[in-house]
Amino acid sequence: MNKTRSIKDLAKIVRSKNAGPFLFTFDIIFNDVKTYEQVKNSKVINRELIMKLYNLKSNVKVEIFTLDPACAIKITFPRPIPSGSLGDSDVLGAQQHVPLYDIEIPWNYGN
Amino acid sequence: MEKITILSSSGGLGSGFPEKSLSEGLKMNPDVIALDAGSSDPGPYYLGAGLTTESRASVKRDLELLLMARQKKNIPLIIGSAVTTGAKPNLEWTIDIAREIAKEKRLKFKLAKIEADINKDIIRKALKEKKIKTFETGKALTKKDIDNATRIVAQMGIEPFIKALKLKPDVIIAGRAYDPAVIASLPIMKGFDKGLAIHMGKILECGCMACEPASGFDVLVATMQKNCFILKPPNKIRKCTKESVAAHTLYEKDNPIRLGLPGGLLDLTNVSFEEIGDRSVKVSGSKFIEEKYTVKLEGATKVGYRTIFIAGARDPILINKIDEVIDAVKDEVKNEFKGTKFKTFFHIYGKNGVMGNLEFIKNSTPHELGIIGEVVADTQEASKAICGQLCHRMMHYDYPGRKATAGNLACLYSPQSVAIGEVYEFNIYHLLEVSDPTELFPVSIEEIG
Repeated sequence: MNKTRSIKDLAKIVRSKNAGPFLFTFDIIFNDVKTYEQVKNSKVINRELIMKLYNLKSNVKVEIFTLDPACAIKITFPRPIPSGSLGDSDVLGAQQHVPLYDIEIPWNYGN
Repeated sequence: MEKITILSSSGGLGSGFPEKSLSEGLKMNPDVIALDAGSSDPGPYYLGAGLTTESRASVKRDLELLLMARQKKNIPLIIGSAVTTGAKPNLEWTIDIAREIAKEKRLKFKLAKIEADINKDIIRKALKEKKIKTFETGKALTKKDIDNATRIVAQMGIEPFIKALKLKPDVIIAGRAYDPAVIASLPIMKGFDKGLAIHMGKILECGCMACEPASGFDVLVATMQKNCFILKPPNKIRKCTKESVAAHTLYEKDNPIRLGLPGGLLDLTNVSFEEIGDRSVKVSGSKFIEEKYTVKLEGATKVGYRTIFIAGARDPILINKIDEVIDAVKDEVKNEFKGTKFKTFFHIYGKNGVMGNLEFIKNSTPHELGIIGEVVADTQEASKAICGQLCHRMMHYDYPGRKATAGNLACLYSPQSVAIGEVYEFNIYHLLEVSDPTELFPVSIEEIG
């Protein structure tokens, strides 16, 4: 039976942080290679999805990386307001990860 | 030299670490104690104002333990980005604390200071010569940015540390530095692999953040060999795991495969993490790729003075109309202070206080809201006057359908408005091409004690 599982359920670490004062970076890290490979190969986590989840304009540069030895997917995009600049509400960028929790990955429970 | 052992006490100076971890770490016979004491993470205020996140008492406590440990083992102590920003006022403040400790504890040491403040004329000249590259701000540097900056520092690479180490100091206290350079410099000087050393520095610069359980406030030790390095926390409650070290490799970096740094890149395409028992992880395969040498400039500029009020809202009729009430109150205050330059902000916790425009939950109705009103103006007096009015108007604004006519807010404090001082923004975050990696970072020697 084909169903889906959420990133919150599948990943060991889901976090956001500044990568310098002008970028947010997000890490999704898995406990085991099998889960990581299945999420990576699903290609669900792509630029279009991130733009939609964070309500980003089409000219925002979203970068997505995978690092196999760490079983990790990384997403980086410019902060809407630089760290500590007028109007910013998360100086260290540590609480911007939550939209990633609800990403649903197609999951074959038979596997 | 077949191996070299490096001890890092914590992810900052003044952040604290268990004394027992340090004494256990010293039993592992480190060749050097090295730590990164700075970060741009707490925001632009510290660079702009020339202040530190940590108190004098906390920094003194950590520095005293490290100076005593260094003396006991007769090994160098290297501290980079001292403290928080690595700018001149902070660097001098740190060195002053070191002098005070030396006097009180009758310590003698040879200190090398490395400065990282960059004279504005050097940057103006570099701008003319097109040696400044636009980086993550997405905006080219302008003459005005340079004029407006309160203070400008550059992140030094490993070379200024090696230059200082050749003078055989007991202690190096440096201004703004690329975090891993502080920790990687001695191994690289001794001929160990540059890629591995920088990767090792990247992990050690946060103390035990690369352990389970993680902590930036505990000691981590690395031993470098020819083709690998091994990480082990002296504190037995922690361990390094394959996952914890891999995860920390990505931490606070935009690109996990090619990490930019002064003079090149750290390429992690072929990195491997291996658990080898004894709470230890072996890392290999990290490679350094040389590129044109640039240093990262950081500058902050003052944009005004801030006053805030903190209040709560519990009335569901108000909560449903909060956006229109805020817009109306902002307009009233704007009219009242016509001719004064200022900006108002509202942070509405319970609605979108954390994520602002990135918030994806749009139509929730919480039972209460936390409200922070904020005014930034050219003087503290002006921001205080305007914020006082903002709070007052918000308290008594007569929105349609209001039943609670005595007041709209539960004000948290008396006084309602609190002046919180200067506001800075990062206005320079650009790359500067240099021909000599040491030229911008003068080294000087002082015999202390």
